[in-house]
Amino acid sequence: MSLSTDDVKKVARLARLAMTEQEMHSAHAQLQNIFDLIAEMQAVDTRGIEPMSHAQELSQRLREDVVSEADQRELFQSIAPQVERGLYLVPQVIE
Amino acid sequence: MTWEIVIGLEVHAQLSTNSKIFSGASTAFGAEPNTQADAVSLALPGVLPVLNRGAVERAIKFGLATGARINSPSVFARKNYFYPDLPKGYQISQMDLPVVGQGALTIQVPAVGKAQAYEKVVRLTRAHLEEDAGKSLHEDFHGMTGIDLNRAGTPLLEIVSEPDMRSAAEAIAYAKTLHTLVRWIGICDGNMQEGSFRCDVNVSVRRPGGELGTRREIKNLNSFKFMQQAIDYEVQWQIDTLENGGKIQQATILFNPDTGETRAMRSKEDAHDYRYFPDPDLLPLVIGKEWIEQLRGTLPELPQAKQARYVGELGLSAYDASILTASREMADFFEAALGDAKSQAKICANWIIGEVSAQLNRDGLDMAQCPITAQQLGGMLKRIADGTISNSGAKEVFRTMWETQKPHVPTGGITVGGSAIVQFISADEIIEAKGLKQVSDAGAIEKIVDEIIAANADKVAEYRSGKDKLFGFFVGLAMKASKGQANPAQMNEILKRKLAG
Repeated sequence: MSLSTDDVKKVARLARLAMTEQEMHSAHAQLQNIFDLIAEMQAVDTRGIEPMSHAQELSQRLREDVVSEADQRELFQSIAPQVERGLYLVPQVIE
Repeated sequence: MTWEIVIGLEVHAQLSTNSKIFSGASTAFGAEPNTQADAVSLALPGVLPVLNRGAVERAIKFGLATGARINSPSVFARKNYFYPDLPKGYQISQMDLPVVGQGALTIQVPAVGKAQAYEKVVRLTRAHLEEDAGKSLHEDFHGMTGIDLNRAGTPLLEIVSEPDMRSAAEAIAYAKTLHTLVRWIGICDGNMQEGSFRCDVNVSVRRPGGELGTRREIKNLNSFKFMQQAIDYEVQWQIDTLENGGKIQQATILFNPDTGETRAMRSKEDAHDYRYFPDPDLLPLVIGKEWIEQLRGTLPELPQAKQARYVGELGLSAYDASILTASREMADFFEAALGDAKSQAKICANWIIGEVSAQLNRDGLDMAQCPITAQQLGGMLKRIADGTISNSGAKEVFRTMWETQKPHVPTGGITVGGSAIVQFISADEIIEAKGLKQVSDAGAIEKIVDEIIAANADKVAEYRSGKDKLFGFFVGLAMKASKGQANPAQMNEILKRKLAG
């Protein structure tokens, strides 16, 4: 798969990254290399092999459904840039 | 030309666990902001998710209740998007291998206008586990947005249907059936005001038999009434647009309950590219056969099976059966009141659907808060069946039980705290105390009738000369004379015989 600079721009926008023309250019080259590597791997014959969703062949450990966390709001909010009435304040977002 | 409506639903059911899906913070509703937002909910660096067994159990129960395949392994994936109520920058959800695969739900669509009630099977595409996001508050923060992350990480089961519904009535019947089911099997409290059961409705229209039209998704409907209004408005809007030569753009839309209108929130061009990929922080979820079988053993008899049994074994109508199985509390009450008196099923159903439901409604109570016990109602039904009390006597018994036992609300409307000790009075005690025992002694009734005939010779003559309508007049007199305690059927029979001369 070949990647256009427009694709890079789109990915940058989705990732909320402000990139200069030059950064865009080098990112394009790096990403293209990654895509080439993917293409190489895609070419390997994997018929009959069950795909893995994790690099380790283990299964998920489960937690009992018990409340174990105490309220630490004061501690957590002591490092927040801005809080008010228990809420974290962020620049306004309305969709 | 006619249009066919095509509807599919995505429902987010909040699972009734004590703790969050990936951490040990509490999920209790209504806590002070951020007091239940632990390091995992806040996405502090270095934290890792650990899956809650209780959330998985509830998902499995849902799968079993809808005849679905339980996938093992199933895989958690990251759904990436930016929003301050999701501090990780992604939601942990499931994509390719959801915990619950294809299933089905049978719904009863009620009669609307001339259309008859009918049954329909809606196919379920899948149901997957995911975490809820936090809440954003946009007002009152001098141009900033306030974020409460108490809800972040609350376990949700997203239940996706196939586009099998063909009317608003079917969509609502489906949503209600699902709502009943999740409460029935105890996986979700179903509280729609608190957002425990939220519906997204995909709506499109097409020419009958034609290709599927482009759909628009109405987000976050939290009442069945709004769902009806939103679908009606949206369907009409799409038909008008198409008939005026326009095209439907795929979009996410919101319903405004104040105006009754839908409006676009974002169009396809702005649609998020979620860049799903398997979450490396979580291993595949493996669910063993023994676990599934153990959970199957804990499932109660399901509403659909109960309905079939009420119709087949107890001879109730499909309508009565569906009302009695609208909640587990209602069905349990019915079965406990009926006991083993199967022949009394119809009259028992009538009392619960009629008098009990009406009184609950008037007093603003739900079935779980019913002031009278099923045993009390059962005891009363026995006395109707054996002729001890008449129907009007039964109403008096019922009223007495209800009024003495209903929660005490002083003027001003504040309920007195703590549970008062209530004396449950039996029907027999009330019948005795109020003298409601009906007179079935033929001799006593004949005596009353004889007296009435003697005292109303003129009316008797009129009746005998053909004025049949006067019969009611005699019934009234006789009932009054017996203080309403005469067995009505017997009284009628004796009156008729004696008046005939």
